[in-house]
Amino acid sequence: MGNETETPRIAIVGGGPAGMRAAGLLAAAGLRPVLFNEAPEPGGQIYRRPPPPLRTVLSPARLYGPDAVRAMALHSDFEAVADRIDHRSGTLVWNIMKQEHGGFRLLHQDADGGQGAHNCDAVILATGAMDRILPMPGWTLPGVWSMGGAQVMLKGQASLVGRRPVFAGSGPLLYLVAWQYAKEGGRPAAVIDASTFAAKLRAAPMLAARPAVALRGLAMAAALRLRGIPVIEGAHADRIEATDTGMRVHWSSSTSSGQIDGDAVAIGHGLKSEQQLAELLGCRSRHNAESGQWLIETDPEGRTSVAGAYLAGDMAGIRGGHAAEFAGELAAWALLADLKHRDNASRRAVLRRKLSRQDRFRRGLEQAFPFPQHRIASLPDETIVCRCEGISASALRRAITDWQPADVNRLKAMSRCGMGRCQGRLCGQIAAGLLTAQLGRTPGDVGHLRAQAPIKPIPGSQLIVEKGAVE
Amino acid sequence: MNSFAMHGHARLPRVCIIGAGIVGTATAFFLARSGCDVTIVERGTVGGQASGVNFGGVRCHGRDPSELPLAMRSRTIWNRLAELIGHDCDFEAPGHLKIARSSAEMDTLTRWFDIGRAHDLDVELLDRTQLMRRFPWLASDIVGASLCKGDGFANPRLVAPTFARAARALGASVLEGSAVTAIDRLQGGGFRVSGANFNALEADVVVNAAGAWAASLGLPFGAAAPTVTRAPQMFVTEPTARFIGPVLGLVSGDIYLRQSVRGNVIFGGGQGHIDPGGIRSHPDETTFARTPALMRNLIPALTHTALLRSWTGLEANTPDGLPVIGTSAGHDGFIHAYGFSGHGFATGPGVGETLSELILRGQTRIDLTSFHPDRFNTIARPAAL
Ligand SMILES: Cc1cc2nc3c(=O)[nH]c(=O)nc-3n(C[C@H](O)[C@H](O)[C@H](O)COP(=O)(O)OP(=O)(O)OC[C@H]3O[C@@H](n4cnc5c(N)ncnc54)[C@H](O)[C@@H]3O)c2cc1C
Repeated sequence: MGNETETPRIAIVGGGPAGMRAAGLLAAAGLRPVLFNEAPEPGGQIYRRPPPPLRTVLSPARLYGPDAVRAMALHSDFEAVADRIDHRSGTLVWNIMKQEHGGFRLLHQDADGGQGAHNCDAVILATGAMDRILPMPGWTLPGVWSMGGAQVMLKGQASLVGRRPVFAGSGPLLYLVAWQYAKEGGRPAAVIDASTFAAKLRAAPMLAARPAVALRGLAMAAALRLRGIPVIEGAHADRIEATDTGMRVHWSSSTSSGQIDGDAVAIGHGLKSEQQLAELLGCRSRHNAESGQWLIETDPEGRTSVAGAYLAGDMAGIRGGHAAEFAGELAAWALLADLKHRDNASRRAVLRRKLSRQDRFRRGLEQAFPFPQHRIASLPDETIVCRCEGISASALRRAITDWQPADVNRLKAMSRCGMGRCQGRLCGQIAAGLLTAQLGRTPGDVGHLRAQAPIKPIPGSQLIVEKGAVE
Repeated sequence: MNSFAMHGHARLPRVCIIGAGIVGTATAFFLARSGCDVTIVERGTVGGQASGVNFGGVRCHGRDPSELPLAMRSRTIWNRLAELIGHDCDFEAPGHLKIARSSAEMDTLTRWFDIGRAHDLDVELLDRTQLMRRFPWLASDIVGASLCKGDGFANPRLVAPTFARAARALGASVLEGSAVTAIDRLQGGGFRVSGANFNALEADVVVNAAGAWAASLGLPFGAAAPTVTRAPQMFVTEPTARFIGPVLGLVSGDIYLRQSVRGNVIFGGGQGHIDPGGIRSHPDETTFARTPALMRNLIPALTHTALLRSWTGLEANTPDGLPVIGTSAGHDGFIHAYGFSGHGFATGPGVGETLSELILRGQTRIDLTSFHPDRFNTIARPAAL
């Protein structure tokens, strides 16, 4: 790995809790890591901070509730070593490559739009997660938000997507965001939770791995009910329509059905890992049945199958903000140990134990709020699956019948599903689900959409690496 | 010649085609249509290599006079895809505009103008003023251009799979995930083709349509052309309003560009890298910067259009830029079809039809002399890939 006599060059991608903790430890170890963060501020999605003028309005206590202490500790620990971190905020890493003689090369777009390349000996990837959406007719209408998007509006802009939004989907975020809206002056029209009470009950023993957090979830649901906000469990949002006065969500459960009017809709079934950079590096991944997602394989300390590349935080499976802090620190310790720079085996053991408790809790959450995979097979034909390219479920079903594609990448080639701006990050899993259902294949067989650089769209005008190379 | 029929066989030949790119699948389709027993053996997936990832350009414009008859014959098939194979593969013919940035390049266009006219192609030379009037969105530093009507583009992702599907419907077998590793001549005539993941099969005729891998595969069956494998790099932007009519290309070849039916701008130029193992390739970092800059120079209105993806594909190039089509002396029954040097998508359907004539009748409407596999015999042979 690189030149042994020089200080190893470490890059971290992602400035959420995982990346911040990793950077903090490496800085303390004297390695001056480079931290690339697409967001303008550290904190990630969970501890996102509003721009300075709004900070007086939105105090940490209001923003993060019971996590405020943690959030403030994270931010202040980071600030304490900030001068020993080369922090590139507002910088998108859009490609990563293995170097011929070891190490990695990152291509990035900076806050001012300029392009750059960065070489390093080792890299910690901590790019987090994004919303996981189960589409339904009407989900692409204006006024429909992802759960995470609705929360970003609140945390980042101190705005609500609506006064009376309908929250539909599943997962802890569903209750959290609805609760935050209720607290910040909104009055949620309803919470439609796909998971049943029974599923949550079955998951209780595992959720007990973190009793305080589990109780907090229950408390939020109870508080919403107390305010007279309908919480409908075991029900699915089937269709969204725009009415003269706002939005209408049609829902059904095994025993009843109904409709709810609001002025906005927020949907989401939890989160999915953002793994494109690890994939571009060729890190091995595997289908994980519990979460129904493909996950990059790591050892308990975050080492991937590619030597010198480490993963931390939600990128390696959805475990949330606390786990991300442990995982970030642990990956950094693992890296220091691998470099023979410094080791702390007992701290690594402690962090591994903490993480395995978090893992148990995560599995509990996945049991309590399972992704309704079975609903993919029965998506109404008119449902838009790929919103970038406007590809409907029926178009995909036709393509599957016509071409019998061997895997989801082939389905993409034949249907255009996943070829748009989001590169299939939203629709890839749904397309794979349609394929498995229709051809009776397993998720392992149909695979997942391959990542391609640039991992996010970049303006062509900004791709100027060499000055004067053209003309 | 190497016709199976000419050797006095009563039945139709059994043909094994190696490679399910556009060349292999189109050949299979035309043979199956005549009732031949055809099997395609493909290492990966149908159209998974060059044929599925190329620029999609279908042009006669600027072609070498010895390749023009083939390109023009192919062009007539592009028009009839829906009727022949049940899908038009998004073929459109908005014309092809070749752009000169110097007077020397303009001279090249002027010389080709006479060739095009001699072949009854609808070509038109445009000076700067005419060009600016008709295509005001082009950069102003252009000297002139030549417009060839009738040229256009199709969707490469659809073409080979559609030919393969049509061939299958006519009885052809297509074996995917099956790499040919050995081809042996049998005592009593014919060949035995074997390899990984499929039952060895016997054939009277073998077609080597293995694309960038064909030269080494065909080594035992005559002179391997000294091909060079390259990995041309492609890009696609987000969709924008459709305003670019014809397919564009610089005379220098530095960039070629078209706008898809959905509004995405697809362009290519520069080279990527071949992965170790030689089966895949990936984009180059410098090309990543240079080619989009060229695009911006050519069409300033696209300056702020975001790039969505970049990719590469592998293609074999011959020293004279003409394909290798036919049989090497002394190797009857083994037909090469490779080295398309960046033109094989446009000519692929025509090559397929021509090879079916060669196999079934021993003669072809198109003169194949310029494509003879032995034409490089005086040139030093390359080492196997
Ligand atoms: C980026 C790019 C852009 C291009 N743009 C254009 C264009 O605009 N217009 C144009 O006309 N042409 C273009 N070309 C060229 C065109 O794509 C090729 O000439 C054409 O596709 C060649 O078709 P093929 O069937 O010979 O090869 P391929 O499509 O490469 O097919 C060969 C097949 O053989 C298989 N194979 C190889 N070895 C074995 C084995 N041992 N056993 C079994 N199977 C094997 C491979 O897996 C492959 O599928 C472009 C090429 C590239 C790479």
